[in-house]
Amino acid sequence: MVKARGDQEALALLTGLGDQPPLVTKAAASAVSSIQSNLAMWSMVQNAWYGLSLGSVLLLAAIGLAITFGVMGVINMAHGEMVMLGAYTTFVVQEVIRTRYPALFDYSLLIAVPLAFLVAGFIGVLIERTIIRFLYGRPLETLLATWGLSLVLQQAVRTAFGPTNREVGNPSWMSGAFELGQITITYNRLWILCFTLAVFAILLAMLRYTALGLEMRAVTQNRRMAASMGIATSRVDALTFGLGSGIAGIAGVALSQIDNVSPNLGQSYIIDSFMVVVFGGVGNLWGTLVGAFTLGIANKFLEPVAGAVLGKIAILVLIILFIQKRPRGLFALKGRAVEA
Amino acid sequence: MTPHILTRSLDRAATAFVLLVAAVGVLIPLSNLLLPQGSMFQVPTYLVALWGKYVCYAILALSIDLIWGYCGILSLGHGAFFALGGYAMGMYLMRQIGSRGVYGNPILPDFMVFLNWDKLPWYWYGFDKFAFAALMVLVVPGLLAFCFGWLAFRSRVTGVYLSIITQAMTYALLLAFFRNDFGFGGNNGLTDFKDILGFNVQAEGTRAALFLLSCLALIIAFLICRAIVSSKLGKVLIAVRDAESRTRFLGYRVESYKLFVFTLSACMAGVAGALYVPQVGIINPSEFAPANSIEAVIWVAVGGRGTLIGAALGAVVVNYAKTFFTSGPLAPYWLFMLGALFILVTLLLPKGIVGTFNSWWEPRRSTGIAADEASAAREDGISAAKMAE
Amino acid sequence: MNVMDTRATSAMLYLDGVHVSFDGFHAINNLSLTLAPGEMRAIIGPNGAGKTTMMDIITGKTKPDEGTVLFDGTVDLTRLDETRIAELGIGRKFQKPTVFESQTVQDNLLLALNVDHSVRGTLFWRGSKAESERIDKVLETIRLTDARNRLAGSLSHGQKQWLEIGMLLAQDPKVLLVDEPVAGMTDVETHLTAELLKEINRNHTIMVVEHDMTFVRELGVKVTCLHEGSVLAEGSIDQVSSNERVVEVYLGR
Repeated sequence: MVKARGDQEALALLTGLGDQPPLVTKAAASAVSSIQSNLAMWSMVQNAWYGLSLGSVLLLAAIGLAITFGVMGVINMAHGEMVMLGAYTTFVVQEVIRTRYPALFDYSLLIAVPLAFLVAGFIGVLIERTIIRFLYGRPLETLLATWGLSLVLQQAVRTAFGPTNREVGNPSWMSGAFELGQITITYNRLWILCFTLAVFAILLAMLRYTALGLEMRAVTQNRRMAASMGIATSRVDALTFGLGSGIAGIAGVALSQIDNVSPNLGQSYIIDSFMVVVFGGVGNLWGTLVGAFTLGIANKFLEPVAGAVLGKIAILVLIILFIQKRPRGLFALKGRAVEA
Repeated sequence: MTPHILTRSLDRAATAFVLLVAAVGVLIPLSNLLLPQGSMFQVPTYLVALWGKYVCYAILALSIDLIWGYCGILSLGHGAFFALGGYAMGMYLMRQIGSRGVYGNPILPDFMVFLNWDKLPWYWYGFDKFAFAALMVLVVPGLLAFCFGWLAFRSRVTGVYLSIITQAMTYALLLAFFRNDFGFGGNNGLTDFKDILGFNVQAEGTRAALFLLSCLALIIAFLICRAIVSSKLGKVLIAVRDAESRTRFLGYRVESYKLFVFTLSACMAGVAGALYVPQVGIINPSEFAPANSIEAVIWVAVGGRGTLIGAALGAVVVNYAKTFFTSGPLAPYWLFMLGALFILVTLLLPKGIVGTFNSWWEPRRSTGIAADEASAAREDGISAAKMAE
Repeated sequence: MNVMDTRATSAMLYLDGVHVSFDGFHAINNLSLTLAPGEMRAIIGPNGAGKTTMMDIITGKTKPDEGTVLFDGTVDLTRLDETRIAELGIGRKFQKPTVFESQTVQDNLLLALNVDHSVRGTLFWRGSKAESERIDKVLETIRLTDARNRLAGSLSHGQKQWLEIGMLLAQDPKVLLVDEPVAGMTDVETHLTAELLKEINRNHTIMVVEHDMTFVRELGVKVTCLHEGSVLAEGSIDQVSSNERVVEVYLGR
């Protein structure tokens, strides 16, 4: 009977039985081992869920980066700040709703998503037009310039909103949790996973079926050829950068639900996002997807063994080693087009 | 080193730079020690330490310029080598505290007593000897760079990929050094130093000597870099920077060249860190922060990548500006300025101060697109006459 | 080298049954080709025929999926990297002239000289009389003596092409792979280049890829036409240019 409960409490009860008749001891022992394997199974499931959840966050943060890097060969160090801007957009939307239309609070995120996309996307296009387009063919300089930009954006937000964390609330449908077997699943994590997959699917469809998507893929594969076929590569670059930044903004909306909204929000994601992109390979969104979930799950399975920090270090070291084997990531473009 | 390397590396500008650093290295300590306090020309002790810090940064900038300016390797993790050199020195200084620590343990540093450790971890052995610590200042960063570079360059990880994984490297070290059980003082790092080689680190005389030593190290590092970039090796490095695969097809083992300069550069960064720690009085994990490494890169960009004097100058100028602005009422705007500096330098002054000055000063070489890209080559003194000697 | 014939072939370059594909695209498809010692061979063929990829394979930039690539009858090139292959004596001029733009013409040649290429050797290098004489000679051959101290990036397109040929000369390899040497040259320059290659051919084996049929005709050597990654026709220029298939896929009627 106790065995059927099968959880931690039951285990404590059974192991704490102490002196009992042999028969009871034996039954208890078998119950203990069965519960233990049951628990081990559930803890695997729990880790896998945490891993998927982390993976979805990583994917959301990295996917915009993957697009700009893939299409333009540009590393945008200010990508994290686009995420941060998305999160602050959510904050502002909620503030307005709180003070003016409290009834709409549950819809605040739905309002924030397109707004964040527009805000971050607009700033992205602005950055591309004023800075990045002068630096094409000089990826290392782009990296430095965008880093400088990230400092400016962080400081700007710090000046405008203060250096401390800002409160962003969860709408009712994102609060709370439900039990699935032995594990607890919080609604916000679940929604973020679904949201990420939806964003991914929409993006994939956009790349496949729209004219901009076709042009972006053409530029990714062979910029010179695309240019000579009459594709306005500079327009594609600007829109790509806007799109990548916009998605970062959306990511910010989602992250505002699970993380502190502070000027440093972006920084904490940027290195992880790089790792995802480098690991997954460039020019293929599926690579980013696989990369994000692999890293997420690997991270969560290493954590209980090695501890959170050591696990993270181990992942970084593994990626550094992995890069040696596959310098262009898991899903790399091959052939002459690779080297311009 | 054979004399012909020395004569080749010392052109007029280089000689002027060496003399300038030597003069500063002697005059500042002298004015600090000999002139009466309050005299107009007396340099206060805190300024000696501050400028000593700048000189260490200048060495770090040289080490970055050697690989980035001349070989095209943009390391965003050079702060890690700097910090490792600093930690090696810090460990020596910790051991010198002896029983004068708060807990009075003759062997264990305070933080270990605090964590209830009963004996010294093996990797702390030997750091009570200065010679050993000094060796480790070179060996630890050098070895890390060698292993890292061996893996990366052999599999031809280049460009932004290399930059990103160097950043990951320093980030991983940052996380590791933050941990208490890693044995390097965790969050607080190593501090409260007392003596170096028996001299009080706080004493004016010691500070003056450290400053002089830093200047000497800067001169030596500069001469080593000059010797390299003005040799045929320097021409090969530039060839690798400009057309890596072409260089391979000429029969050069590009990865060996990269590995050589990368390792050497890491050792130089380590020395810079080791001289930095006793003058600043603390080393903690924040030195590993990726932001620090990127900031060091911008010093080089400001001064002029591919011009060694520019790199050293850039480090001093940017850090002077940082001290000036962050200590005044403009402090909240410093990050705006730093950020703008990154953007403006890459957009408007890609050759940096010295590079721009050079191309304005000596418009003798051919014009056209090449002239823009040639600033780096120019400063090397790749002169035709010398080749035939 | 061993004079006793332990070689698989007496050819200088020997390619047999070579395949390469990139993501399902067969760039090289069962390519077989031999180059005798001292021979000069012209390679023609439409864009995408695999000419440059073939050079990539010979110089170790691309590894074939299958097939044999032998140098000097004994050395398996598929197992070596670019540096090693260059050291063995295979030099290459690229389709797009690739010179070290920020260095002087003279330094470009100095870098190409086939002397000690080790890190140590270059660090402690001091020029010798023999070296500078060789450079002078090459400069004269490629008519760039007056431009020796100019930056390579400031040269005209044709001059860059010549500088790259000069770098090949300084490298003094056994086999020269020359990719489109006369692209962007004037008629006079084209003619001079043909003369130059013939001159070099006296003591070097050469493989030339070129689209300019006048130039190929002027070289007066055996021609191989590639198409879709394999050999379509081989023979004298007249034979090849009258071949039905060659006319169809490449020359046009």
